Amino acid sequence: MYRIVTKEALKPTVILYEIEAPMVAKKAQPGQFIILRVDENGERIPITIHDYDREKGTVTIIVQTIGATTEKLSHKQQGDFLQDFVGPLGVPTHTEGKKKVCVVGGGVGCAIAYPVLKKFHDCGAEVHAVVGFKNKDVVILEEKFKAVSSVLKVCTDDGSYGQKGLVTEALKELLDAGHQYDEIFAIGPMVMMKFVSKTTEPYGIPTTVSMSPIMIDGTGMCGGCRLTVGGETKFACVDGPDFDGHKVDWDLAVKRNQMYAEFEKHKHEEVCNLFRQEVK
Amino acid sequence: MANMRLDKNPMPAQDPNVRNKNFDEVALGYTEEMAIDEAKRCLNCKNPKCVSGCPVNVRIPEFITRVAEGDFDGAFQIITSTNSLPAICGRVCPQENQCEGQCIRGIKGESVGIGRLERFVADYHNAHGHQGGAPAKPESNGHKVAVVGSGPAGLTCAGDLARKGYDVTVYEALHLAGGVLVYGIPEFRLPKAIVQKEVKRLEYFGVKVVTNTVVGRTITIDELMEEEGFEAVFVGSGAGLPMFMNIPGENLKGVFSANEFLTRINLMKAYREDSDTPIMDLKGKKVAVVGGGNVAMDAARCSKRLGAEVWVVYRRGMEELPARHEEVEHAIEEGIIFKTLNNPIAINGDENGAVASMTCIEMELGEPDASGRRRPIEKVGSEFDLPVDAVIMSLGTSPNPLIKSTTKGLEVNKKGGIIVNEDGLTSRPGVYAGGDAVTGAATVILAMGAGKQAAKAIDEALSK
Repeated sequence: MYRIVTKEALKPTVILYEIEAPMVAKKAQPGQFIILRVDENGERIPITIHDYDREKGTVTIIVQTIGATTEKLSHKQQGDFLQDFVGPLGVPTHTEGKKKVCVVGGGVGCAIAYPVLKKFHDCGAEVHAVVGFKNKDVVILEEKFKAVSSVLKVCTDDGSYGQKGLVTEALKELLDAGHQYDEIFAIGPMVMMKFVSKTTEPYGIPTTVSMSPIMIDGTGMCGGCRLTVGGETKFACVDGPDFDGHKVDWDLAVKRNQMYAEFEKHKHEEVCNLFRQEVK
Repeated sequence: MANMRLDKNPMPAQDPNVRNKNFDEVALGYTEEMAIDEAKRCLNCKNPKCVSGCPVNVRIPEFITRVAEGDFDGAFQIITSTNSLPAICGRVCPQENQCEGQCIRGIKGESVGIGRLERFVADYHNAHGHQGGAPAKPESNGHKVAVVGSGPAGLTCAGDLARKGYDVTVYEALHLAGGVLVYGIPEFRLPKAIVQKEVKRLEYFGVKVVTNTVVGRTITIDELMEEEGFEAVFVGSGAGLPMFMNIPGENLKGVFSANEFLTRINLMKAYREDSDTPIMDLKGKKVAVVGGGNVAMDAARCSKRLGAEVWVVYRRGMEELPARHEEVEHAIEEGIIFKTLNNPIAINGDENGAVASMTCIEMELGEPDASGRRRPIEKVGSEFDLPVDAVIMSLGTSPNPLIKSTTKGLEVNKKGGIIVNEDGLTSRPGVYAGGDAVTGAATVILAMGAGKQAAKAIDEALSK
């Protein structure tokens, strides 16, 4: 069992959990993920690592409450325990040897973008960041991003904060202003990563995306997380989660991720109803 | 006087049309009377061929003699002196190729039902407990051994070493111990409660099981030996990554590896209402299972239980199916349709990226190939579309590169399997390996045999 050391709601549906998991904390690197189960009947879900404290033996994740499992998780309190927490999984992001990079984060994906961005910064790269959110109410981690990036563009879909519009538009402005990046790194919803890749392709800038497909074991055994990349089948859990955004077959990846959408919706409603009954 | 009836006592089983709608165990097991009657068919040969046919050399005539005498606990002690997991072996071993394949009674009539008797003895023990108090726990010899993976190879190695007094820790990547016994083999062939009982029995003898630990990521073999003080490591990490055919459409929605499909059902219990893990709704749907091994039979029979119409598509003929005869027979009884001598060449999707059909080509058999089986050859112009909603690829696995890439000096062969000598020792001193991680996908009992061999070698090396 794995104790929740800290629980902090960054926004009503965006929650930070610091989990006691010393063996995972000892090995974790930016870009890697963990798999957790909330309870005995729980689903195994992959979550990318936000931060880790090797001395304290904790790993921090930021999770958006979006489905049945994350809903159950959101009802756990500080001091409660998670059933399972395994990792670190996947290949760490390659952050060495870059002079200038731009990190693009979308929504809760910014939670994962941050440690990668910080690692690029710590490895000596000049870092620009473009982060996008639905509206002012869900903007997270702005101060943290500001501290390690020389240019930070915050975008909101409705213009209620920062620049109005999509991250791809803000990214294009930077590219058109003549910034020469060695690499663009995008983390967020699949559709966002797809369009970031489409945006950078004409500029010929290497673009890495952090994929989050459906997954069970996370060690290569099930093959559920497979993607078509450059015409070949790749497993996100052992070959990734980072891939060349210009080579990913996006349409297939987006559709595959919809596999259990109906089930998810029903299960989420079921769980929400359960918690409502408990409150009564 | 031996019972000279020619046929085995039949195994009581659930009716095919009832069991193909539930996940309860198919075979129900012998009663005491049936077991004693069957045991009396054994001739107690002076030179028992059955024992040499068993990868872990269970003293078969001795235990069967005890069963015939009604001394089931005595029989259990004899079996477990060489086999740590009898309730499992009695259910999933291919006895027809091993002990029973060598049985003298099989020359004229049917062999003695050795597997059924082994299962009976183990189940009797599990139901009645140990006679005459708990068995003695071994005295610690102070040596530490780590085991990677809690499947049949790892559990056997751990059990044998723990009984000799070793301090054994088993590391498991998943949240539950058992490896393929819990994620791969379905409940209706091997109830998971039985696996957990066997694991508990090993824990009683002092084996520590640490779940949620991926060796190669969470901790490496180098760290286990250099920092954690393990004097030897046994790698029984299993078969690895599922293979695909590299045909168009394999990554469409509704195409699964057998590993994924079976893991959702067996480990995650996705067919149950109270499980949070999803699985494709197969009620009234059509499913093609590609492949002809035991795993393909498991996937097909699970699909049937989820309400699908199921075709097994295999490129050779019925005679060449690599699955156990009994599994094929059970599948046919349950209404699985075999489309042998057919090979898929493409999977076709609809506008939502979901499977709509599978294009197959008919095959015929030519001359025997390197494996000794007749080579399948495509019949030109025989392509046809099979309308299906889901495809389950059951084509075997390729080794997981994780342990090799994170362990200094560990050599693998061209196919990626870990190279070992006859003792199970790898190219890295102190590191042993066995089971599918060495051989590629094989059987539970072969993995157990390898675990047993390595345990013996580790004991010899460390007790010097």
